[in-house]
Amino acid sequence: MIELISPTRCTGCNICVSICPMDVFQAVGGQAKGAAPTIARQADCQTCFLCEAHCPDDALYVAPDAETVTGIAEDAVAAAGLFGSYRRAIGWSTGHRDNRSADQTFRLLAPH
Amino acid sequence: MANAPGAPATPSVSSLAFGAHLEAHLDADVLVLGGGPAGTWAAIAAATAGARTILADKGFCGTSGATAASGTTLWYVDPDPAKRAAAKAAREGLGGHLADHGWMDRVLDRTHAAVGQLADWGYPFPRDADGRDRRVSVQGPEYMRLMRRRVKQAGVTILDHCPALELLVDDGGAVAGAAGVRRQKGGRWAVRAKAVVIATGGCAFLSKALGCNVLTGDGLLMAAEAGADLSGMEFSNAYAIAPAFGSVTKTLLYQWASFTRADGAVIPGAASKGGRSVIARVLATEPVYARLDRAEPELWAAMRQAQPNFFLPFDRAGIDPFTQRFPVTLRLEGTVRGTGGLRLVDETCATAVPGLFAAGDAASREPICGGFTGGGSHNAAWAMSSGHWAGQGAADHARALGNGARNLRRAGGAGLREGKGASIDAAALTRAVQAEVFPYHINYFRTEEGLTGALARLDRLWSNAAGAAPSPADGSLRAREAAAMLATARWMYRSALARTESRGMHRRLDHAALDPAQRHLLTVGGLDEVHVSARPAPLHPDPSGATRELAA
Repeated sequence: MIELISPTRCTGCNICVSICPMDVFQAVGGQAKGAAPTIARQADCQTCFLCEAHCPDDALYVAPDAETVTGIAEDAVAAAGLFGSYRRAIGWSTGHRDNRSADQTFRLLAPH
Repeated sequence: MANAPGAPATPSVSSLAFGAHLEAHLDADVLVLGGGPAGTWAAIAAATAGARTILADKGFCGTSGATAASGTTLWYVDPDPAKRAAAKAAREGLGGHLADHGWMDRVLDRTHAAVGQLADWGYPFPRDADGRDRRVSVQGPEYMRLMRRRVKQAGVTILDHCPALELLVDDGGAVAGAAGVRRQKGGRWAVRAKAVVIATGGCAFLSKALGCNVLTGDGLLMAAEAGADLSGMEFSNAYAIAPAFGSVTKTLLYQWASFTRADGAVIPGAASKGGRSVIARVLATEPVYARLDRAEPELWAAMRQAQPNFFLPFDRAGIDPFTQRFPVTLRLEGTVRGTGGLRLVDETCATAVPGLFAAGDAASREPICGGFTGGGSHNAAWAMSSGHWAGQGAADHARALGNGARNLRRAGGAGLREGKGASIDAAALTRAVQAEVFPYHINYFRTEEGLTGALARLDRLWSNAAGAAPSPADGSLRAREAAAMLATARWMYRSALARTESRGMHRRLDHAALDPAQRHLLTVGGLDEVHVSARPAPLHPDPSGATRELAA
């Protein structure tokens, strides 16, 4: 489930608000332009990790637990190197673009 | 196909009984509901055929649905007669000998062409050691990001976060648009269209299977309210393996798993393929653990590169799935991996209702799969192919219809229509439906007693939902989702009760064998009264198959 948006990493672009298929986030309007959106509907999160994939600032963290909130702290996520880890794995961040075409499924489907 | 000068003025949708709050009122030739693979292929095909096309997605076109979050293998087979014949034969028995070889041929052709288009559009297919493109799989985020871009480039208007709640129909009963809510911008939307494509996916009952909580059967309910029927809804009990704590229901890599009890004892017969029911039986009373210890270490890196999202839960939970055991569960994927859905009446992917087309998981996939599929592969091929044909069919229908004036009415029922009862408590109704469809002892292992009991409770829930007062605007989406899941569960179990045998994924404990006399397809439909009828299965070209049964 979505756990946190790092206020220091987030630039307030609100891409996650737009792309979340479950409409979990809420943009913060008015005076707070540039502020991180809120996780307004956490229980609706389907743990699909797509907000992380689409976040250009690696500011979000989705815990693997689909049913419960873990309450993990930002420091722990950062220390474990988990910010941006999904985006790197699928080749969507600078320095990792080769991973876009790294899919080895064809080897797994071959007779073995 | 824009209105010709001097064409009769068309009545405004806002003249319908929407009250004063209709914030977006648009006009199109083709309206596509759903922006996953099927919807995006449909929208591109419709727009390419010259239709003014709008695509409305409940979530966000590009992330919504089972594919974007996951990734999928493709039923991509070179046009070599021997390879094609083998591909068609491979799942013949698993599917219960119900697939149609003519449909399989055209889907194999269409998928080959569509995957070629993906390559032309820049999808980064991997290369093997010989430098050849390998086109047997796509990564979900990459594929659907590309599809969104192509939809926009085709000139399609995308309405994100605009769930449809109901169809609009004309005086003759033809479908003429849809209406819904704008969940981010607020207010309601309506699109008047000459044809509508339902590409809203299957129904996974909010089980948190990967990417599947968008998929609550909304399109099935809307189509049924307009008079469409369904097929194969007994093939609706697909359960996928996932880590017990997580959402990732990708099962390919579990072919390398061993399954054990808490004490470490191997569970005899438990397997991802051909032994999943054994896992379900043990899970009914105690935890089951898995470990991918049958994969040789030299394959580990390839597995990570094939399915980066499979490993997310493990890496984040600090589990090495190759060397450490982890608890697993089975999450219901309903008709997402099941094959049931709206019944198509011809090769344009038309439904039984004029102006209404269906594609992808929302349409019965029996034509190419019969009563069984796993994930990906055929499902992805079906979305690409049926989406393409539904979009073309809808564009052709729109062109033939012309610009005559039509009176429209709203077709929505439960949760929208004026009723005397209390309005639907969406959370409570959802839990009540889940309590009937999640349990293995009702849905996985079916019996007359279990199905009859569930249906009695579901029918009572339906009678309350159908008589409910309309939900307030901010609760209408959840109420309609709950009603759609309820309707879907009733079609599933009525069909399951009628098929007194085990075939495909449909498994009856009280009728454990396949009955050759039931090599037929089941049509199901209706809302207040659900009706089931059998129709002949396609003729079988394989002489060892059941052609003779039909001829007898």
